Amino acid sequence: MKSIPVSTTINGDPCEFLCAPDETLLDALRGRLGLTGAKEGCGTGDCGACSVTLNGRLVCSCLVLGAEAEGAEIATIEGMADGDELHPLQRHFIDHAALQCGICTPGILVAAKALLEKDPNPTDEDVRYWLAGNLCRCTGYDKIIRAVQAAAAEMRGA
Amino acid sequence: MRYLAARSAREAAEALSAETGVTRILAGGTDVLVQLKSGIVEPDLIVDIKRIPGIAEIVPEAGGFRIGAAVPNAVLGEHAGVVALWPGVVEGANLIGSTQVQGRCTMAGNLCNGSPAGDAVPGLVAANAIARLEGPTGTRECPVAEIPAGPGRTTLKKGEVITSILLPARPERAGDAYLRFIPRTEMDIAVASAAVSLELGTDGTVAAARVVLGAVAPTVVVVESAGAALIGSRLDDAVLARLAAACEAACNPIDDKRGTVAFRTRTAGVLARRAALIAYARAGGSK
Repeated sequence: MKSIPVSTTINGDPCEFLCAPDETLLDALRGRLGLTGAKEGCGTGDCGACSVTLNGRLVCSCLVLGAEAEGAEIATIEGMADGDELHPLQRHFIDHAALQCGICTPGILVAAKALLEKDPNPTDEDVRYWLAGNLCRCTGYDKIIRAVQAAAAEMRGA
Repeated sequence: MRYLAARSAREAAEALSAETGVTRILAGGTDVLVQLKSGIVEPDLIVDIKRIPGIAEIVPEAGGFRIGAAVPNAVLGEHAGVVALWPGVVEGANLIGSTQVQGRCTMAGNLCNGSPAGDAVPGLVAANAIARLEGPTGTRECPVAEIPAGPGRTTLKKGEVITSILLPARPERAGDAYLRFIPRTEMDIAVASAAVSLELGTDGTVAAARVVLGAVAPTVVVVESAGAALIGSRLDDAVLARLAAACEAACNPIDDKRGTVAFRTRTAGVLARRAALIAYARAGGSK
């Protein structure tokens, strides 16, 4: 198969890569660019572990072809912290022990950040529906919801 | 496999009709990439339609809206005009998948995937929506109702691609609604579903009604007799009972782990009743 050159912006930096026509964005991020924060859980869009934003829209990177990313702006978990300074969501996930094995965590953080950019003051129900496509087999979700709400409160300056 | 990002509907149609092997059209990809991953299909050519100018836009047209084939359902749900005019269509489209899937999936894709349980389809059929197709011989219009042909199959001809769906204008006193049953609250496929679209006359009774069921037959089903049962009424209990009975009679569902024939049949009638009441209230009707 002929490789396709793709020119994108990832976490604010221009980025070019080659990918196979049937290669997912997730595989390109992980295998070609060394951005291994996004995880492959199911590979079929059910678990959300591969969540990234594509032109500001939350998507499963396993359901996007690498070739489709031409000209797109992508944001991954690797761009979430500001250098050594964790994003409030990351800090509150640690403080609330909102993770155990950690496989789902990058996807949940990316998804939660997208929610708070759209709605800085969601209800618990809003958070649960928004994160319905992010599966976690460790926490039982309650700590995740609390951590998101604590981060949202801090980000609102409450 | 070759990947082509078509720059025009014509280019997409010509590439699809020229390819002798297996083809797939890529809009949101939420079904196509799952098929690739699972090995259900190994396409020789994938045609990405998202780079076609205008195909990801929602444009007002003749009192209704033309929804581009690549408009993600999340974008549809953020469009105040479409939500106000066709709330039932939008609520069906917005039930599909997760937030992540909503960011990519499209109504045209849901239609072309050919599942009888597609949540966007009953609402579109109830709305008398019209698909615009580009094909090897040019452009044609086709009622959405005529596109599903059976599980995983459509009436689209080789080389044809849906480029947009027109949600038509409707009178002021009109409303629609969509309900589905799933065993949980999110992230599942309809076991049975119902869409109802109503128009009220000046006296507040139902002047026109269209009732469509999903997941209870090889394709979505337009239940003419259920719609007819509502005409001239204010949806009193006897009318709703006739509606439910007509819906049950139209069911021809599969029996599987997700729902028995009896359960799907009964549920379709219940959902149609409830959807009719919601559509009636949205149309401004009062009992």
